[in-house]
This record gives sequence, C-alpha cells and structure tokens, in this order.
Amino acid sequence: MQDVNDIVRKIDPPMVEGDHDYGTVTDKISDITLKKRTPFGWFIGFAIAFLTAQLLLLTTLYLVTTGVGVFANNQPVAWAFPIINFVWWIGIGHAGTLISAILLLLNQKWRTSINRFAEAMTLFAVACAGLFPILHTGRPWLAYWLLPYPNTMGMWPQFRSPLMWDVFAVSTYATVSLLFWYVGLIPDIATLRDRAKNKFFRYIYGLLSWGWRGSARHWHRYEIAYLLLAGLSTPLVLSVHSIVSLDFSVAQLPGWHATIFPPYFVAGAIFAGFAMVLILTIPLRVWYNMKDLITDRHLIYMGKVMLATGLIVCYGYAMEAFFAWYSAAEYEVYMMYNRMFEGPYWWSYWLLILCNGISIQFLWFKRFRESPFWLFVISVVVSVGMWLERFVIIVTSLQRDFLPSSWGMYAPTIFDWTMYIGTIGFFFALIFLFVRFLPVISIFEVRTLLPQAKVEHHGDDDHGHSHGGGGVVQS
Amino acid sequence: MENNIYGLMAEFDTTTEIVAAAEKVRDAGYTKTDAYSPFPIHEMDEALGIKRSILSYLVFGGGITGLLLGLALQYYTHVIDYPIIVGGRPHFSLPAFVPPAYELTILLASFTAVFGMLLLNGLPKPYHPVFNVPRFNLASREKFFLVIESADPKFDFPETKDFMESLGAQEVFIVDE
Repeated sequence: MQDVNDIVRKIDPPMVEGDHDYGTVTDKISDITLKKRTPFGWFIGFAIAFLTAQLLLLTTLYLVTTGVGVFANNQPVAWAFPIINFVWWIGIGHAGTLISAILLLLNQKWRTSINRFAEAMTLFAVACAGLFPILHTGRPWLAYWLLPYPNTMGMWPQFRSPLMWDVFAVSTYATVSLLFWYVGLIPDIATLRDRAKNKFFRYIYGLLSWGWRGSARHWHRYEIAYLLLAGLSTPLVLSVHSIVSLDFSVAQLPGWHATIFPPYFVAGAIFAGFAMVLILTIPLRVWYNMKDLITDRHLIYMGKVMLATGLIVCYGYAMEAFFAWYSAAEYEVYMMYNRMFEGPYWWSYWLLILCNGISIQFLWFKRFRESPFWLFVISVVVSVGMWLERFVIIVTSLQRDFLPSSWGMYAPTIFDWTMYIGTIGFFFALIFLFVRFLPVISIFEVRTLLPQAKVEHHGDDDHGHSHGGGGVVQS
Repeated sequence: MENNIYGLMAEFDTTTEIVAAAEKVRDAGYTKTDAYSPFPIHEMDEALGIKRSILSYLVFGGGITGLLLGLALQYYTHVIDYPIIVGGRPHFSLPAFVPPAYELTILLASFTAVFGMLLLNGLPKPYHPVFNVPRFNLASREKFFLVIESADPKFDFPETKDFMESLGAQEVFIVDE
C-alpha cells in the first residue's frame, strides 16, 4: 500500500506539503497577521513603498494646482503615459481574477494557495489603474460627469463611445473584484476573530466577519454565491480588457484599428498579471516561510501559464505585422514599417520583442521553469515588456498617422514618470498592508485540501463528488 | 430548563464522524438542526436535509434586471431625452449599447449573489447563542459541531442529550440562550 501511495505522490504531488492538520495550517497562515512582532523587513519594505507612493501624492497635487499641461500629452500623441499606465495596471489585475474565477471553474486545486493574494493584487492594481483616467482629465473633481445622472446641463454621457464602455467595465470590474475578494475573506476573518488576543483587533475582525459562524446552511449558500461570482467574473474579466482594447481598435488610426485587439489584449493582460503574481509570491513564500503551502509546483504552473499566454501575445505581434502587410493599405504598411524599422521609436519595438518574445522562450526548459530565481527575473522582464507593448501601440501609432504635416515626437516629462513610479509605490504599500493585516492565503480552502477533509464513505451513496480537494467547487 | 437553553451541541473531530452523526440526527426526525465546520462539507447538505437555496434564481433575476436597466438607460438617454446623431449611427445603436448593458448585468447579478447570500444567511449577526460555548472558538479552526435546537418539536431535554451522547461525540454541551 505504501508503494502505491508513493507512486501517487510522484504523479500527483500534494498541494500542501509537510505534516499539516487543520490547526497547523490555520496557525501558520493566521500567525502572520496575529503574531505580535512584525518582521523588521516588513517595516523597511513598507517604508520604501510608502515613501515612493508620496511621489503620486505630490504629482497629483502639482497636477491639480497647475493643470494637465504638466504631462507631455499633446498633439499628435494626445494619449500617452496616463493611458499606457492605465492599461498596464488593469492588465496586471486580470491574472488575479483568472486565478480566482477561471481556475476555480476549471477545478484547478492549485489556485487555492495563491488566489487570495492574487485577488488582492487585482484590487490594488485596479485602484492604481483607475487613478490615471481620472487624473489625466486635469480636473478630477469633475470625474462624476462620466456617470449618467440627470443634471442641470441637460446632457448625458455618449454611450456609443468606447470611453463610456470603459467607465462601465472598469467600475464594474473594481466592484465585483472587491466583492469576490471580500466574500472569500469572510470565513477567514472569522478565524482571525476567534484567534485574536488583542481586544481591539478582535472587535474589528468581528465587525468585518459579519458574525460568520460556519453554519452548514450558511456554507451551502456561501458556496452557491461563490461559484456564481466566479461564473460572473469570468465573462467580466474577458470583457474588461476587450473593452479596453476597443478604446483603440474602434478608432480608425493605423496600428489601432485591428480586429485581433480584444483577444490579444486579454492574453497580454493575463501574461502581465501572472508575471506580477510571480514577482510577489516568490519573495513572499521565502520571507514568510510558506514553501509548504505555495510549493514549487505552484511556481512551475504559473510559469507554464506565462509561457502559454506569452506565446498567444507573440502570435498577436506576428498578426499585427502580417495584416499590416496583407492589407496592402499604404498607411497600415507604413505604420508597421515606421514602428519596426524607420521610425524614431524602432528600439522600443525590438526591446518589446526581446522582453516578451525572447525571454519567455527560456520557460520551455525545466532548468529555468523550476528555478524561482529565473522565474522572478523573467517575470520582471515580462512586466517591463508589457509596459513597452502599450508604449509601442500607443506612441508609435499616434506619432505618425496619415498626414506627415501632423507628425510629431513624444517625450514624457518628469511628472509623467513620477506619477507612474508613485503608483508602483502605492501598489506595494497596499500589498504590504494587506500581508500584515489579512490572511494572505485562503485558510478555509487550504483546509479542504488536506487529506483528512475527505469524508469516508460508508456504503453506496457516493455521488461521484471528489472531496477533500475541490476547493469550493461542487462537482 | 428547556426554555432557557438554545439547544445542545456535540463536538466532533473529523468530517466523517460529524456527517455520520448528522445522518442519524436527520433519520431520528430532528429538523431544527445545524452543523458548524471550519470549511464547507458537501455531504452535509444531504446529511442534514438542507434544500437547495433559491439564491441562484435571485441572481438570475438580478442579472436580467441589470440588462434591462442598462438598455432602458441608454434608450432613454439617446432616443427619448437627448436624441442626437453621432457618427451616422441610429439613435438606438444596439451594438454600441451592448457593453454598458453587459457590464450592468454582471454588476447587479454579483450584488444579488453577495448580498442575497448574506441576507438569506441572516448575516450580519454579531451575537448568536452558539458563541456562548467556549469550545465553539474551534469551529473556525479544526473542530466540528452539531447542534439540535430546543425549538425542535422533538426536542426533549434529557432524552435528546442521551441521544446526542450516543452519536460518538467528544463532548455534548448545553448552549445557553
């Protein structure tokens, strides 16, 4: 019997390594939050991120007191850093929803130890993304004009515009991501409430857990709600980046007006998002000694997803070039020629191919895929690459459109940069706070992964449910 | 005595034990029962005789409401209240109206799923009698608890307690109101 188990372990290694039971996984994950002493490194990391986030605050202050002219957006490149950064951030968010919703529907058990973390990443990335369109209007206090409400001007937003679609898509995405994340947190916050020694935190966690007590009747509705949310988030996440891509492809501009944009953008979003999940989890599992919960296997799977989505993105690059040539349209051909060879930004295109196309080819090899160090390096390179992708699409298309008399150059100002770097600081500051105050891994779902969670059947009433590992999916 | 207690609570160590006990409780005819566990146990629905929740239908209704609301909003603004030709499109440009209506469908369905679940569960409920049992802290950690409420028509204090003790529980507690 023992040999059979060994073989099974080899073919299908357990998702939770080591000798864990319900109590030890609970302690392990909730101790990060409840333990009295915060690691010194946390303060250093948070301080760096928080200080960097001040760049965002100062830039915003300067922006609203001076005007939108502090950015380099101007004809012909009227859309530049703010939209590049918006698309970059929102794309990063997509991996969180993919992990939490799509992998749940596909019954991928390995999602369980990374979904909470990835969902938090989604939420914070969307928060950073949302700042750009609001702030780049220059008068962010009038952002509510985007919403359809009866007003004294007697006007309505233009629903035929992709920019309005964006408002609806991004605000829905932010709301549903928050709900999904919070619903997943409720049982774990109840665990923190029951374990917290500090009265103040017990009170706060008690409020946030809504009095969750783990009743079977509650779990029944909870699982239905959770599964439905996953089912709703799946088309939502696909629609969000599709709609973001329509901001470009609905326009007539060569380089933007392409039907491949929606799927190509969605794949790119997941690609960038998995890179960010890897950037965050690789140090996290080392610092908090969580290698038994976030195993090497998780990293390898994420590397494989990155390779697969990266290849779809490369296909997108190939098709962009192919259709520019195949269209035989003078402007399309010139756009591609300008982007790749002749234009002043040719280097950004080849840097993009290097970062997104060449770097991921290493993931074909076990040596790189199974090394956290190389996965981390490749993820950083891919994050840079995905930023360059948006730079290439936006700047090289706009800077030379139809009329040579309207051609121009684009160079970001220092404030374009400080705002972008500021949001990175803001993002990491939020991540540090999250790691400190909430359980980074879904405790109750990890409990279901343990072998003892499985109910031993006595007799004939096996309905083919696969228990003890399905997360919250009911088969 | 019976009037002052909320019910009786039995503690179990494993999922298998509590599911077997819940089946016996159901077969004995008790209906006002509940089980508490640190994670969902799918067998428990059948073991306790929990009927499928109406939540899915509510969510469907929420989604349809969102869809109709989205279309109505765009029809009203662009056809009735402020008709203006943009880009040569008809006043009612259905293809362009799909994305906002689609997003509102998902938004309202999601709201219904979350708040419907909480409302049907009777949450938030910061106080509940089961919290009076000190060991119940472990329900969010590693132990499993089965409760028969005193409101159950079959509930009879000494008899039900004897019955619960026969289920192989670690311990049976009296839950104060």
